[in-house]
Amino acid sequence: MDRTFAVAIGGAAGQGVATPGDIFAKIFARRGLHLNAYNAYQSIIRGGHTFLTIRAGIEEVTCFGDHIDLLIPLNQDSMDRHIGLMKANAAVVYNSDTIKPGSLTQAQLCPLPVNQLSKGSRSKVEQNTLALAASLRMMGVDFEPLAEILTEQFMRKGSKVVTENLDIARVGYDYAGANFQPFAFPLPMSGMQYAVLSGNTALAMGGAAAGVKFYCAYPMSPSTGVLHWMAAHARSAGILVRQVEDEIGVINMAIGAAHAGVRAMCATSGGGFALMTEGLGMSAMMETPVVVIDVQRAGPSTGVPTKTEQGDLWQMLGAGFGDFPRLIAAPTDILDCFRLVPEMHNLADRFQCPGIILGDLLLSEGRSSVDPKQLNFDTEIDRGEMIVSADPANGENGYKRYKITESGISPRAIPGVPGHTHTAATDEHDEDGVLISDEFTNPAKRRAMMDKRQRKVLGIEAAVQPPVLIGTPTAEVTLVGWGSTSGVIREAVAMLNEEGISANQLQIRWMVPLHGEAIVNILKSSKYTIMVENNYSGQFARYLRSETSYVPDGCIRKYDGEPFMPHHIVEAVKEQLACKTHKTQQLSVPVHEIMV
Amino acid sequence: MATVLQLQPLTAADFKGKVDPDWCPGCGDFGVLSSLQKVLAEMNILPHNVVTISGIGCSSNLPGFIDTYGMHTLHGRALAVATGVKMANHKLNVVVTGGDGDGFGIGGNHFIHTIRRNVDLLYVAMDNQIYGLTTGQTSPTSRKGMKTKSMPYGNVEEPINPITLALAAGATFVARGFSAEPKHLANLIKQGLEHKGFSFIDVFSPCVTYNHDNTYAWFRERIKKLEDDVSYDSSDWHEAMKRGLLWGDEIPIGKFFQRTDLPSLHEAEPLLDQGEPLAHRELRIAPEIVRNFITELM
Ligand SMILES: Cc1ncc(C[n+]2csc(CCOP(=O)(O)OP(=O)(O)O)c2C)c(N)n1
Ligand code: SF4
Ligand SMILES: [Mg+2]
Repeated sequence: MDRTFAVAIGGAAGQGVATPGDIFAKIFARRGLHLNAYNAYQSIIRGGHTFLTIRAGIEEVTCFGDHIDLLIPLNQDSMDRHIGLMKANAAVVYNSDTIKPGSLTQAQLCPLPVNQLSKGSRSKVEQNTLALAASLRMMGVDFEPLAEILTEQFMRKGSKVVTENLDIARVGYDYAGANFQPFAFPLPMSGMQYAVLSGNTALAMGGAAAGVKFYCAYPMSPSTGVLHWMAAHARSAGILVRQVEDEIGVINMAIGAAHAGVRAMCATSGGGFALMTEGLGMSAMMETPVVVIDVQRAGPSTGVPTKTEQGDLWQMLGAGFGDFPRLIAAPTDILDCFRLVPEMHNLADRFQCPGIILGDLLLSEGRSSVDPKQLNFDTEIDRGEMIVSADPANGENGYKRYKITESGISPRAIPGVPGHTHTAATDEHDEDGVLISDEFTNPAKRRAMMDKRQRKVLGIEAAVQPPVLIGTPTAEVTLVGWGSTSGVIREAVAMLNEEGISANQLQIRWMVPLHGEAIVNILKSSKYTIMVENNYSGQFARYLRSETSYVPDGCIRKYDGEPFMPHHIVEAVKEQLACKTHKTQQLSVPVHEIMV
Repeated sequence: MATVLQLQPLTAADFKGKVDPDWCPGCGDFGVLSSLQKVLAEMNILPHNVVTISGIGCSSNLPGFIDTYGMHTLHGRALAVATGVKMANHKLNVVVTGGDGDGFGIGGNHFIHTIRRNVDLLYVAMDNQIYGLTTGQTSPTSRKGMKTKSMPYGNVEEPINPITLALAAGATFVARGFSAEPKHLANLIKQGLEHKGFSFIDVFSPCVTYNHDNTYAWFRERIKKLEDDVSYDSSDWHEAMKRGLLWGDEIPIGKFFQRTDLPSLHEAEPLLDQGEPLAHRELRIAPEIVRNFITELM
């Protein structure tokens, strides 16, 4: 049974959807409730339609869900778009001076006469505060937590502003007590207290935990949040943050810094990543590690800057020309964004190659509650085989930067270390770093260097665990997803099991190394396999097929810019199972009912 | 920016690279390499404290021919890479070398922005007004009318003027040298290395194989040293602009402009201004700071 509670706030950009959203999130998290939030918005600063859903519950909330328990429309447009979807036990809290309920609904209508309540003031913020306070009253939340947060929020503006806000909140709170029906189940509580963070914040903090000392970027939605956290915390974290002239400069600067010995990281989205690809090859050829975060948005080209997609996988697989070792992983939730970054840096450092973190807007701009203990800054740091000071044992003259070794890894001396001068080149070179690409072209040496670099692939495969199946192995249907769809698939699987359709889940986190054989071994015994992807062509399905020849029974794909909701998957699974006898692969493309 | 160490004096031979230059006999780039080696030795800068960084081109092969830490990066990207190196370890002496195509064509954007940031490094452009490595195409500094393999009927575009471009972008040290004037060039390189901030030297470095317009003789007939004009004041930006625009029978070489009142990027950055280079700092963040990061989220 769904024991969660979802609040949605809709309005135009600039109407202040974010602030009440943040306040709800804080109140929930301080109450010990888990939450998951997603903001559907557009690439405009004013106007348009913004729709923020925050879903909370005692247990972990893995996605923003299918239902809304409470709607707060800040304008008529939001009311009109969503009222039809409201269920009987839901409620709509709105400013009755400016918004009419319109079409029929089963939900409880909670009109707030804002002008009268705020004594003629027409500040839209008052409308928001009234609605916020009224809603909390209906959820059975005490006034105290709200007062606490409003005080924190407005303290900087002086005590007069604090009092004004507390007064207006109190009016809304009392008005709801007197006029509206409270929800049947008051919002629960637990003894926990959670942190609330976005995927972008998690990625940035992951970088700080990994010991990143140089971060650079060129702003691009939906990755800019990483830059913002880094910039705001640069001085206290001791991280040098630079905004660069373009993404070509970004990756080159990051590689320069990494080459000189720091951990360096950068983030972008698909278009910016496209500009970085030559640099990615440089990282591989010079064997200088760099970690690049690609936060996917809907493409191609400028695409849909504020909408989510898992459409960059093939770009990551093919970025840069020639063959070279690389690492690619897609975090499965917001906490995983934090955890994956140090892991990726360790591997990139050990194997001296580029590491790519493939996130998406759903995670990067979504929010979730995290137990603060999980934000562990004492994580393992492994810089690999690095020479940072002169060691007489290393010998003065014998140093070869690209020494041919069994592992393919050659100890890396950073500039400044006596006795280890060498040239790192993007041209093919010999063990000594001397160019063999033009003048001295030599097939034997070229082959030896290719073999050396490619040998690292074996080490990389051994360093990463293959994925494991979640749930009962004998299930009727196996849902395969990758990266950010983990949470919504998890919920869909639970819903299916509850309905008597036994389902399990295989979520792929590592794209390279893939462990294709292990994946196929799992899927071989699956009765019916469906691949769920937030893209048009089934990029992961195509990738797995290219690596292993494996073809799933069905696919569920969505490419309208919005993430999956659990019912999209559940309904598609049922449809596919109903006509399982079809010999050809089935494809479902769920329709996003909510127009945002 | 130089890290000077008074041990036993170095010689240019201490900077001899693992292989000999593969440039065509007579190529102007030889003069740039030897001047650079000579000055580094004279200034007693130890090879391991220098990073020589280039893009791609004949001229960009230079890091392979000098014994320092070297980075032979991508076509046009040397300045971006060099900025990263300098930020990660501001104690290193960073020298960027490359060609006119590399620096003003494909790398033009980084040129402007590295200037604007006043990154403390020496950038020596070996300007031969041609794409040498790719066997003779028009470059951004090729003269209007010049016939090349890519513009066989003559270049119809106006060339870039690297000197005035650098001045307009706010460069704090702007000079022009000629590779056949090694003493003069060495002096500019020395001043450039000593300058705290971005030092730019555009060096006429003739391509004897593909550029038959801008030959040694052609330059020799025209160049005139700014240093010979005692009235010239290199702190006067407007005057530098005026001289920078001269191009014809008389082409000035020498130091056009220098100002020393602006901090370089690492000096302007509080994080770097004090303390060890980033590359040698503790990776972990203090627990009380971490606690603040997390409390903010609660
Ligand atoms: C991205 C990219 N585009 C094109 C090339 C081919 N390329 C190599 S060097 C060069 C031009 C070199 O001219 P310049 O920088 O003036 O150097 P020079 O050889 O004249 O010293 C070009 C176009 C390349 N290496 N990379
Ligand atoms: S082609 Fe021109 S620039 Fe290249 S080495 Fe020969 S002379 Fe020098
Ligand atoms: Mg050239």
